[in-house]
Amino acid sequence: MADSYYDPKDLRKFGKITEWSEELGTKFFDYYGKVFEEGALSAREKSLIALAVSHVVKCPYCIDAYTKDGLQKGITKEEMMEAVHVGAAIESGATLVHGVQMMNKYNKLSM
Amino acid sequence: MATKSLKAQGDELAVSNKQLEILNGGIFADGELPYFKDKINQIGQFPLRPKKLEVLQINVGYMCNQVCEHCHVDAGPDRKEIMTRETMKQCLEVIKNTGAHTLDLTGGAPEMNPHFRWFVEEAAKAGIKDFIVRSNLTIIRANKKYYDLPDFFKKHNVHVISSMPHWTRGKTDKQRGDGVFDKSIKALQELNERGYGMPDSELRLDLVYNPSGAYLPGDQTAMEKDFKKALKEDFGIQFHNLFAITNLPIARFLDYLIASENYEDYMYALVEAYNPAAVANVMCTNTISVSWDGWLYDCDFNQMLDLKVASKVKHIKDYNEDILNDRNIIISQHCYGCTAGAGSSCQGTVA
Repeated sequence: MADSYYDPKDLRKFGKITEWSEELGTKFFDYYGKVFEEGALSAREKSLIALAVSHVVKCPYCIDAYTKDGLQKGITKEEMMEAVHVGAAIESGATLVHGVQMMNKYNKLSM
Repeated sequence: MATKSLKAQGDELAVSNKQLEILNGGIFADGELPYFKDKINQIGQFPLRPKKLEVLQINVGYMCNQVCEHCHVDAGPDRKEIMTRETMKQCLEVIKNTGAHTLDLTGGAPEMNPHFRWFVEEAAKAGIKDFIVRSNLTIIRANKKYYDLPDFFKKHNVHVISSMPHWTRGKTDKQRGDGVFDKSIKALQELNERGYGMPDSELRLDLVYNPSGAYLPGDQTAMEKDFKKALKEDFGIQFHNLFAITNLPIARFLDYLIASENYEDYMYALVEAYNPAAVANVMCTNTISVSWDGWLYDCDFNQMLDLKVASKVKHIKDYNEDILNDRNIIISQHCYGCTAGAGSSCQGTVA
């Protein structure tokens, strides 16, 4: 039994979620596979988006998976880090923009 | 970055038996992952049998001016194994009498064999349609005695296939050593100047891409597009095709996988990416690999694991195509590397 909540080896078992709900699991993986196909965006661009989102949603499995995926696609470490900063900027911006709500409330309650 | 071969370091992985022990044991012996033999048995392909011989791949020596981290040959400046002219003559006899249309010269750096040019000239006379030299590129700039190689290649219409790990300096030098990128770019420009790699040119220049680490290559077509765009824009370089090759867990790449604790994950990735459609076209089915000392193997990887062909004919001096074609190809778990994803061979993807 792993002595932490996250075990990197669990990523290998991701496909097994289908075993407990075949229909929904299969629908998810079909959808997932379709999303990452080459489309209006290249597979390379999608990989960088996925890497940035992986950090924002703080998913260690996804970070491992999309770092490896980026390497397979020839994406450089500089490009990867820039993508992470984009995610971080949006995430911190999302926190800070709520400061306007705080300011509004403060002003409303203050004389 | 290593500066010596595993052999020169006295590393236990320099011994093929030790490598085979690892490949056949551990997660495979424990039943965590299926043996390659069982996997291809499920699709009726075991035992794997050869088809018509098309490619004669000759390793003319393990000596190399580079010590690349992923090298499955464990080549380097300290390796002294070199094919003699006598063995080359035996190869030429076979070339004249075989139906193979492609001769694929590899190493080490094949150009470092003292009989290299003689062999190219003699083999060119033997009616081979596609004469390939696998050049690491930097050899062209390594020493002035090699500076005229682009002209020599052009004169004999040699098909040049060159290693290029990435279009960026950092990734290339990390895998192949400091300064390799700049020398490779210079060599590619020199080949372009002779007409190599131009869109309508008969002077073929292809690049080989190996991942610089414990991951599989991405889509070959997409990688080729990225390589072409970057090399053209940054350096004005053109080439014909990019071959994406999976690194097989042998010699220095196996050593790297174990030392970096990536071995198990890498083998899982290979097995997970197993593509039954790639099995029928793996390169060992249409290729014979000849070692520097004339022994015959199903492929270059089996050569490095010292798994000689399962045939009465085991040496180039005794070559007999009929007897040789009636054999079972020797396989082990490294073969998953040739059937992963779109498949992998010295000519790129196979499925």
